[in-house]
Amino acid sequence: MTFSPQLEARFSKLLNSYPPGRQRAALIPMLMYAQDEIGSVTDELVDEVAGRLGITALQVHEALSYYSMLHRKPMGKYHVQICTNISCLLNDGDKLWEHACKKLGIGHKETTADGRISIEEVECIGACSWAPAIQVNYDFHHFVTPERLDEILDGLKDKP
Amino acid sequence: MADLLKFTIDGKQLHAKPGTLVIEAARTAGIEIPAFCYYPGLTLQAACRMCLVEVEKMPKLMTACTLPVSEGMVVRTDTPQVHSARKYMLEFLLTNHPLDCPVCDKGGECELQDMTFRYGAGESRFTDEKVHTPEKQFSPVVFYDAPRCILCYRCVRICNEGLGVGALGVINRGVVSEIAPNKGDHLECDECGACIDICPVGALTSGIYRYQTRPWEMNHVGTICTHCSDGCRTTLGTRNGRIVRGNNRDSSGINGEFLCIKGRYAFDFYDHPERLLAPLARVDGKLTEVSWARALETVAGKFQQTLAGGGSFGVVGSNHTTNEEDYYLQKFARQVLRTDHIDHHRTGDLATLLDALSGQADKLATVADLDQRKAILILGADLALEHPLLSFQVRANYRHHAARIYALTPRPVREDKYAVKSLRAGRPEEYFAALESLRDALRSEPEMVAVFDDSVQGEDIGKLVEFAESLGIPVKYICLLDYSNSRGALDMGLAPELLPGYAPAARPGMRLREMLEAELDVLWVVGSNPLKAAGRKAGFLVVQDMFPTETASQADVVLPAAPAYEKDGTVTNVTGEVQRLKRAIEVMGAKPDLEIMGFLAREMGVAAVLGPWVPDAVFEEIRARVRGYGVPAAVIAAGGAAQTTPVNGRIPAEIPRAGEARRAHSAHNGLFASGTLGRYSRVLTSVLEGRLGR
Amino acid sequence: MLYNEPSPLETRVLSRRFGLPDSASLGTYLATEGYQAFLKAARMKPDEIIEEVKASNLRGRGGAGFPAGMKWSFVPRSSPKPKYIVVNADESEPGTCKDRVLIENDPHQLIEGVLIAGLAVDAHAGYIYVRGEYRYLIEILEKAIAEAYAGGRLGKNIQGTGFDFDLYTHTGAGAYECGEESALLESLEGKRGIPRIRPPFPAVVGAFQRPTVLNNVETYCAVPAIILRGGAAFAALGVPRAGGTKMTCLTGNLNKPGVYELRMGFPVMKMIEEVGGGIRGGRKLKAMIPGGSSCPVLTAAECEGATMDYDSMSARKTMLGSGGVIVMDDQTCMVKAAARIIRFYAHESCGWCIPCREGATWLRKILVRFHAGGGTRADIGLIGDIARNMLGRTFCPLGDAAAMPTISIVEKFQEEFEDHLDGRPCPYEHAEHMVMA
Ligand SMILES: Cc1cc2nc3c(=O)[nH]c(=O)nc-3n(C[C@H](O)[C@H](O)[C@H](O)COP(=O)(O)O)c2cc1C
Ligand code: SF4
Ligand code: FES
Repeated sequence: MTFSPQLEARFSKLLNSYPPGRQRAALIPMLMYAQDEIGSVTDELVDEVAGRLGITALQVHEALSYYSMLHRKPMGKYHVQICTNISCLLNDGDKLWEHACKKLGIGHKETTADGRISIEEVECIGACSWAPAIQVNYDFHHFVTPERLDEILDGLKDKP
Repeated sequence: MADLLKFTIDGKQLHAKPGTLVIEAARTAGIEIPAFCYYPGLTLQAACRMCLVEVEKMPKLMTACTLPVSEGMVVRTDTPQVHSARKYMLEFLLTNHPLDCPVCDKGGECELQDMTFRYGAGESRFTDEKVHTPEKQFSPVVFYDAPRCILCYRCVRICNEGLGVGALGVINRGVVSEIAPNKGDHLECDECGACIDICPVGALTSGIYRYQTRPWEMNHVGTICTHCSDGCRTTLGTRNGRIVRGNNRDSSGINGEFLCIKGRYAFDFYDHPERLLAPLARVDGKLTEVSWARALETVAGKFQQTLAGGGSFGVVGSNHTTNEEDYYLQKFARQVLRTDHIDHHRTGDLATLLDALSGQADKLATVADLDQRKAILILGADLALEHPLLSFQVRANYRHHAARIYALTPRPVREDKYAVKSLRAGRPEEYFAALESLRDALRSEPEMVAVFDDSVQGEDIGKLVEFAESLGIPVKYICLLDYSNSRGALDMGLAPELLPGYAPAARPGMRLREMLEAELDVLWVVGSNPLKAAGRKAGFLVVQDMFPTETASQADVVLPAAPAYEKDGTVTNVTGEVQRLKRAIEVMGAKPDLEIMGFLAREMGVAAVLGPWVPDAVFEEIRARVRGYGVPAAVIAAGGAAQTTPVNGRIPAEIPRAGEARRAHSAHNGLFASGTLGRYSRVLTSVLEGRLGR
Repeated sequence: MLYNEPSPLETRVLSRRFGLPDSASLGTYLATEGYQAFLKAARMKPDEIIEEVKASNLRGRGGAGFPAGMKWSFVPRSSPKPKYIVVNADESEPGTCKDRVLIENDPHQLIEGVLIAGLAVDAHAGYIYVRGEYRYLIEILEKAIAEAYAGGRLGKNIQGTGFDFDLYTHTGAGAYECGEESALLESLEGKRGIPRIRPPFPAVVGAFQRPTVLNNVETYCAVPAIILRGGAAFAALGVPRAGGTKMTCLTGNLNKPGVYELRMGFPVMKMIEEVGGGIRGGRKLKAMIPGGSSCPVLTAAECEGATMDYDSMSARKTMLGSGGVIVMDDQTCMVKAAARIIRFYAHESCGWCIPCREGATWLRKILVRFHAGGGTRADIGLIGDIARNMLGRTFCPLGDAAAMPTISIVEKFQEEFEDHLDGRPCPYEHAEHMVMA
């Protein structure tokens, strides 16, 4: 597989971050950074990473299927993650979630037909004091109201 | 003893070595602490939480499976708190476990069922929906039903740690975690079925046994696997005269926990459609079914006629028949047929090893030695494929005792992963160069077992022994052989140059190859297929076999024989350990070779010379007469193993004859091959076809 | 960046640089005593460093509250094996968002704390395990680390002391359990986040099977101040058995939620009323969780007289935890809260052990059904019973984390469960139909 030079640089930095013989440690970061670039963890990526780390594809699969941020199928270009955990719930995070579902006509881990937006109801994302909170890809938005959510979602429609 | 720790469990004063786990200490004292995930010899998990016990001064219940005993420790396993923990742990397990026990293969021998019976809650308080997932087929042999799985991870560990294969893993998280195979939707592994045996519930089931019967409807017969020479004990489950299952039920054999695909599943050749179930004789040039009486009469008549006319006999024995049969056959050949032309297909040059070791006692390693000795040297063989039990032992030794492994093999082998030194070498010159380079390392080992295959034979064996003995450390040897009684065949004198017990023959007769090429008047082939790729030269050919092999189809008379699973007797494995076969079923039409030979002797009127053809009686004679076979009868009778001690006198070293560089040829059968026998096992052929088809 | 206004009631030790221009930069850090503590520590003997940390009464800020100095002293310093410093920046306990603020505003403080820990136990490499969602923090950290290398604060012979140290970031990928120390180490090694059997503890057998100090971000961030001002001074900020300040996350139905640095022992009611600006909309306090959603809830009555420290909380059979305070007003449906909390733990259970995996899932099923009006009277007893059967019997504390809030809610708010019986609709304003993924 070929990756961007930046990702290759990231990989080689990772491989040098762990003690000799312990390169398997780079597994999860490698999958995360690669997913950011190619959109999901494909079978090809699994084999590639397994080969680079000298472990079996099964070992990669065991690990990757454990983590909720690693996806086997691509999410939308903009993955909107809405927290409904307790602190957000107390601030109507669940209503925000329902609002997004209705507005986009899709459900949990689903993607709009144009492939641009996917939504996911997520567990606490560490923004509890500024609830309700959402993340669009890695960007946080705090104190989100339904109106603000509309603006954010509308803004994604023609965001590059 | 000073180094023992004192502690109490349920008020019993106990002692144990430091490091002993509470669960083990309790077991030795007869106190059963229930557990699913704990499994002796495998890594600790503490996952199932069934073994929680009360320990004085500890605020919480502790897992007995991970807690080492300590001085003065006070453990209680019989308190209300412990009982409640067990009961509710089972209640938790059953919330997502389908209650399909009536149709589950494991019903009746399921650890979850047993524990629920003993410790569980009477009725379920769980009323919500269970997690559903459809059953999956991982391989021709392995099926997986995720909802039944209790996630004890035994299967994952036995595959990874025990077999060194690592074909099973755990995927997903939480309540949807499940066991997954290494190739996406299917397994690519040894297909040994250890995962199925070790599964405490019916989550992993065998493609061979599924839905065949309920466990309590079977009879269980412990016998010895008839495939390779490692000599694993296997338990055959039979019902209505059929073998429906092979497994490692009591783990009592030299193989302990282990069985490979052959020992567990490849019993199925016995009802192959081509199995011979009636004698055949040539009628108008065509092999035609005849009665036993007619067939025996024909053979006996021919033998007598040939004897009377001073004609020549050649006898070819088997690598699969019992010691009793081999002994009886050579006696028949030498005393009745008065021929010295007797041999069998040799798969390793054991005779030369014994010669090189003459005069020394205690030089042959046992299967247990491979798990106990500090260092193992492997020459040539891919043990994991060709001698799965030996490889399992070496791996266990590495895991438990950090054994130091040296592998000199032509190709990469599984042992490379944990060997201190792996070198590629295949020819004797390469071995000796490699060995020289290892001399210092080997010299510093406290002891060693050297294992070699047919790539070392003749004078190279002498050189190998000389090298090993020059290291100045105790060395034991294993000369690898292919089949279930290859060892016994040689021990019993199915060899032109050797009488039983390695006594030299006065007038060595023809070797196997010579016999096939000579125009003998009679060739008698018992359980062997020497004419697989050749035409017969003998005037009259008698074959005893199970299948219409290439040799059988050229015969004048074919006598349908019974395989090991249909007879009693003893066999000797590659390490010289004698074990007992026990008849599991009887198949109408076929007879054990010993019986066939006995009937022939009776027909010829020589029964008195040969003695009774009862396995026990022949074994008694072997014990009395064959050097090295004075093994304790009680051990064998009880299903144990005893090593023979054949090396106490000088065996004549034989000079290879012209044009015969190698005397022994191993078939190097892999996991899914077993010589001719393997061709008639659907399990083995289907796995092979499955692989080729991918 | 700060997401909420500071409060005058704060005692700003760890957060003293927050709000300074470019507070995350090396320049700002150096201009405000940055890396002075390291230099001071480098002149001390390792035991003296550990003694100072012990004297500070600094207890682990990740949730368990284990004394940090004591933990460091367990590392076999003379072992020939390499040793590691691991930073737990997994911050996933619902209600907690303080490590984020510490890293975002003052990453060098964390780096300096790690260096001092390295001096104390003879470690020369460290890993910062950051939860996957906090990608922007990794970028901030990597920038700070690069600056530190460039400025001679990381790498070889740091500031001429002869001490070498390398520091790396490591991203998680979405798993609460990876905040548990041993699961974190498994994850760091490229495996599933399954906790390890202990003993041995990470101090002896940790990252890559080598001795390891593993602490929370906030714990390390407190160390530079302890070394500079002395352990006693830090201890004096708190209460007798818990020194210093606590980064406290005020969340829930408050007028002024936010992350505030408060002295250990800060009165709970004053925190809610004055720091948090009181309950929003003029409503009343119904319940409060003091330290992240895994702690038992306190009723409004129990909050009276309580202070934010370990002893006061344990006297009320709850915990100070991670400092994630979740405040619930009188319109909160406690059944819904319990259902939402357990749903999280069931989702995050690693699945390793039976009672957690099956118990949490079972509780989730009952509570969700219950809140939707499908509960029976027998369920009320059953919920508590299931949770009690998990308690203390699981492989790691996640099972307890799931059980404790549940037990406390059914015990303290039983009448709210009864209000949901017989198909009656949830009587609370917030509680429309709850979506369940
Ligand atoms: C399920 C579970 C989740 C945890 N999550 C975190 C976490 O996100 N961050 C954290 O610092 N500690 C977390 N901990 C606590 C850690 O196990 C560990 O005690 C802590 O990181 C040690 O650092 P400290 O002594 O500085 O608190 C968690 C513990 C458990 C049982
Ligand atoms: S398949 Fe069986 S042995 Fe394997 S983990 Fe599941 S229950 Fe345990
Ligand atoms: S509860 Fe939503 S961010 Fe924590």
